[in-house]
Amino acid sequence: MTTLVVAKRHKRFTGKKVSLTISAWTMGFLFFAPYLQMLLTALKPKEEITAIPATYLPKKWAFDNFIGVWKEIPLMGFIKSSFIISLSATVIVILIAVPAAYYVARNDFRGKKLFLLLVLITQMFAPTALVVGIFREIVKFHLVDTYLALILIYAAFNMAFSIWILSSFFASIPQEIEEAAWIDGCSRFTTLTRIVLPLALPGLVTAFIFTFIAAWNEFVIALTLTSSPEHEPLTVGLTSLIGQYQVQWNYLFAGSIIAIVPVVILFALIEKWLVGGLTAGSVK
Amino acid sequence: MAQRSANKSRLGALPWIAPALVMILVFVVWPAFEMLRTSFQEVGSTGAVKGWAGWQNFATLIKNPDLPNVLIRTFIWVIGVVFFTIIISLPVAQLLNAKYPGRKVVRWAVIIPWAASLVMTSTVWKWILDAYYGVLNEIAMDFHLLKEPIDWLANTKQSFVWLMVVAVFVSIPFTSFVILAGLSTVPHDIMEASKVDGASPWQNYRDIIFPLLRPSLFVAAVINLINVFNSFPIIWVITMGGPGYETDTTTTLAYKISFRDQDVGQSASMAAINFAIILVFIALFVKASKNQEQS
Repeated sequence: MTTLVVAKRHKRFTGKKVSLTISAWTMGFLFFAPYLQMLLTALKPKEEITAIPATYLPKKWAFDNFIGVWKEIPLMGFIKSSFIISLSATVIVILIAVPAAYYVARNDFRGKKLFLLLVLITQMFAPTALVVGIFREIVKFHLVDTYLALILIYAAFNMAFSIWILSSFFASIPQEIEEAAWIDGCSRFTTLTRIVLPLALPGLVTAFIFTFIAAWNEFVIALTLTSSPEHEPLTVGLTSLIGQYQVQWNYLFAGSIIAIVPVVILFALIEKWLVGGLTAGSVK
Repeated sequence: MAQRSANKSRLGALPWIAPALVMILVFVVWPAFEMLRTSFQEVGSTGAVKGWAGWQNFATLIKNPDLPNVLIRTFIWVIGVVFFTIIISLPVAQLLNAKYPGRKVVRWAVIIPWAASLVMTSTVWKWILDAYYGVLNEIAMDFHLLKEPIDWLANTKQSFVWLMVVAVFVSIPFTSFVILAGLSTVPHDIMEASKVDGASPWQNYRDIIFPLLRPSLFVAAVINLINVFNSFPIIWVITMGGPGYETDTTTTLAYKISFRDQDVGQSASMAAINFAIILVFIALFVKASKNQEQS
């Protein structure tokens, strides 16, 4: 029975379809492969990692690496730092970008073009390009090696993208809906929080996740502005292990997997909005 | 009515945009000016300003015998990585767009290098390329492509090619999704109509779809140009720009001069030159996007 059904279904899979599927899956595997290698290394016992010849799979699966890593390196501290910094920066970005994006989407005002140009220029500058200036400014503010420095820098540099994506979402909401709310006696602010924001939720989620991930993954500024392990986020904390006399690859990669998995899940969650968001961006 | 609301909104703009404006001015524009100013100052290794240096920092920088090579390498880096990223992303986007079982999983797989920290991706590539324990040698020998393990990062030319491979690898996901977004705007009936006309899939792609993708390709190219120019973690983790300055780009060189050689003034001049290069990119971008709006 089953074979018959399968055979029937297979008939519809023409040769073209099969080769398409195979090439797509192969491509997917190629993008995944380095991270698979990361995972497999994280699951090898220490002595297998430096065995010659190297093996593909662990002979003994060392799942306890994922327990040991918390003791071997201050992983909890790195995660705490990354989390506090990324979340604070993201909240600041949303609180500041929403009103700005909403206003820009709905109103013409003197200096609007200038403001948008400024936003565009910010978008073009990675903090990497300005690291020397940022460092000197933070020294002046006496904020070296603090969370606050990283939070403010990340918020400022990610503001542009959020303003840009949110305003295109706000602009797509018909103004009539808002006008109806005004007639019902809602203020500008209540209209924004009760009517507009729920409708712009996909944009809000996209801006939130993009900012969070950018802050979570940032490296250069964190490398420059932090000096004590208790303030180092994951990116800096984990890589500082590479320079040491003996790299403990299993722990390094177990830590990396723990750092990567949550953001990949976040990203996968917004995948269906990603295409829409990028379309809005490239049409603008 | 319209007049009145326009008046009101002009007065009311500031409370809505002021916080964003303050953040951008204080943490983006200020560091930019601070950096420009520093490039004309003599700064001691402790970070204390000793006085104005005029063009001295730039003069020292230009005399640096490594600079011409670093500039040429930066050019190859940016153009090469962006070119290959776009060329490969075009078919990748087609595969993300086509219909087949498990497309969602394939899309998730392609997203991973975009979502994952660049530092960690670079670390695992360094490990994959390792001369003794790396899996790349293992695969190559198992497929009889190699008889003996190779130290992929041993000579500069070879290691720079690998740095570019990693940079292309991490740039493809974003680029192919931008192209995918472009594909989703191609009207369905256009695709159908050309199929009826008996055009081959390749002709169809070249004559109909590709021209419609040009706005997306433009956006992808510009954003990639800037990202790749500013790219830091890949080079820093895998070779640290070494040996010497032989795999540095101007971005990593500026960082090295400042935070390793402790010459902040000279580093600021390097960064100022980088800044000028990006400004040229931005100017070209603004100009080209205006042209595109008009056409």
